[in-house]
Amino acid sequence: MKSERVAAIVGVAESDLGETPGKTVLQLQAQAAKAALEDAGLTKDDVDAVFTAGNWAWSPPMMLAEYLGIRPRFTDGTNIGGSSFEAHVGHAVAGLRAGLFDVALVTYGSTQRSDRSRRRPPASPQLTAQFELPYGLPTPVGAYALAAMRHMHQYGTTSEQLAEIAVATRKWAMLNEKAMMREPITIEDVLRSRWIAEPLHLLDCCLVTDGGGAVVIASARKAPLAAKRPVWVLGHGETHTHNTIVNMPDLTVTGARESGRRAFEMAGVTHDELDVVEIYDSFTITVLLTLEALGFCKPGEGGAFVSGQRTAPGGDFPMNTNGGGLSYCHPGMYGIFLLIEAVRQLRGECGPRQVPGARLALVHGTGGVLSSTATVILGRD
Amino acid sequence: MPNPWPKPEVDGDSRPFWEGLHQGELRIQRCEDCGRHIFYPRSICPHCFSDRVRWVLATGRGRIYSYTVVHRAQGPFAEEAPYVVAIVELEEGVRMMSRIVGPREEVAIEKPVRVVFTRVDDELILPFFEVLKEG
Repeated sequence: MKSERVAAIVGVAESDLGETPGKTVLQLQAQAAKAALEDAGLTKDDVDAVFTAGNWAWSPPMMLAEYLGIRPRFTDGTNIGGSSFEAHVGHAVAGLRAGLFDVALVTYGSTQRSDRSRRRPPASPQLTAQFELPYGLPTPVGAYALAAMRHMHQYGTTSEQLAEIAVATRKWAMLNEKAMMREPITIEDVLRSRWIAEPLHLLDCCLVTDGGGAVVIASARKAPLAAKRPVWVLGHGETHTHNTIVNMPDLTVTGARESGRRAFEMAGVTHDELDVVEIYDSFTITVLLTLEALGFCKPGEGGAFVSGQRTAPGGDFPMNTNGGGLSYCHPGMYGIFLLIEAVRQLRGECGPRQVPGARLALVHGTGGVLSSTATVILGRD
Repeated sequence: MPNPWPKPEVDGDSRPFWEGLHQGELRIQRCEDCGRHIFYPRSICPHCFSDRVRWVLATGRGRIYSYTVVHRAQGPFAEEAPYVVAIVELEEGVRMMSRIVGPREEVAIEKPVRVVFTRVDDELILPFFEVLKEG
């Protein structure tokens, strides 16, 4: 850990999760924001920067800040999908380094699951989407299926290997009382669940839930005033390589190769120093591709890497310790929950699922259709 | 009443592409400066940033770069499932999304394919592909 101390995460919280009928995205974010500020021992009036991502308003940051009664001096509404919040952390570090604000509030909220009863109008095939939408690829799962099929062709990766990830993640969820899916599953269960888009089965896919989260990031000056031990942002990196899946340069290599490399370099840490990793698991294949692109194993070796329940509780590679998007919650853009779990692990607050003595964590978000990636490395003193 | 097939909103970049399909032509672009082919169509070359891009005819042949069999489809496609959506790499080096028509068991990555102009309703023709017999 050689990097300088510029910014620390000092507060984290979820809102109600799962199914929240009648709640709005603003209510969920207000609930999470209040709890995260209480966790930090700070107040709303300490917040001078607002970060959020969503498509529920013309300007989500303006609507949210108004609702919460905050007049920020810095705003970032960057939306690059599920990795937005890891990107927000990086942007917050830049703003803090420049001395533009002291306390950033990052929020997310979604009522995706409850909204399902209302029919969404189909997306309009305009601009570059007109070359894809007419073919009926279900989004996002179809795009991830295309990547999985290519990886299987190129490297011999199997459905059993992908299922290892779903099974191990479910074991973590069984240790998390907030997780939606807590019944044990087997590799056979995954393989026998119905096809969604070959080669992905139902149990290769994340949940569809409601939920919100909030993260409070403070300057090095303000962090010591917080109620709990600061969790320092040691490194970060981000990129996006394409928008639609056809334009992904190589279906087996994600932008994690770039965002991860930059995060590791900035943090001055190596892979084997990490105690816990939280990797966006929209689908099992997302995790496998990310592990390879981050350099935990070589290209094509992801299947072998996750075999033998290596990422499960008790395995030598603790990953997605809250039960992940696959089994805990997944309200559309899941990235903020990766940060929340990593911070709790580094504080030692995770009870039965605590990774003993965790000091260094890697958080990696993926957004769109493997389009954007953002990596954050966190550590405690 | 069945859901309508999503209609591309034809614009200043895409008009020649969609019009070409009605004449049995698969049109892509080529950069006059760096010589590389471009798809989807656009007003500037994403490789060298030249704005001298022109339309050319693709041979309509390529290979399957990847594919998926869609079992759970949304909206207007729900009743069609299962069907095969693929990324096809054309001989010219560009990729496009499409459907693979014909026997399912012939579909595999790297298989050679050729374009089949397919009328999906009164207004819309799409460039689907079929697997070529090898040899």
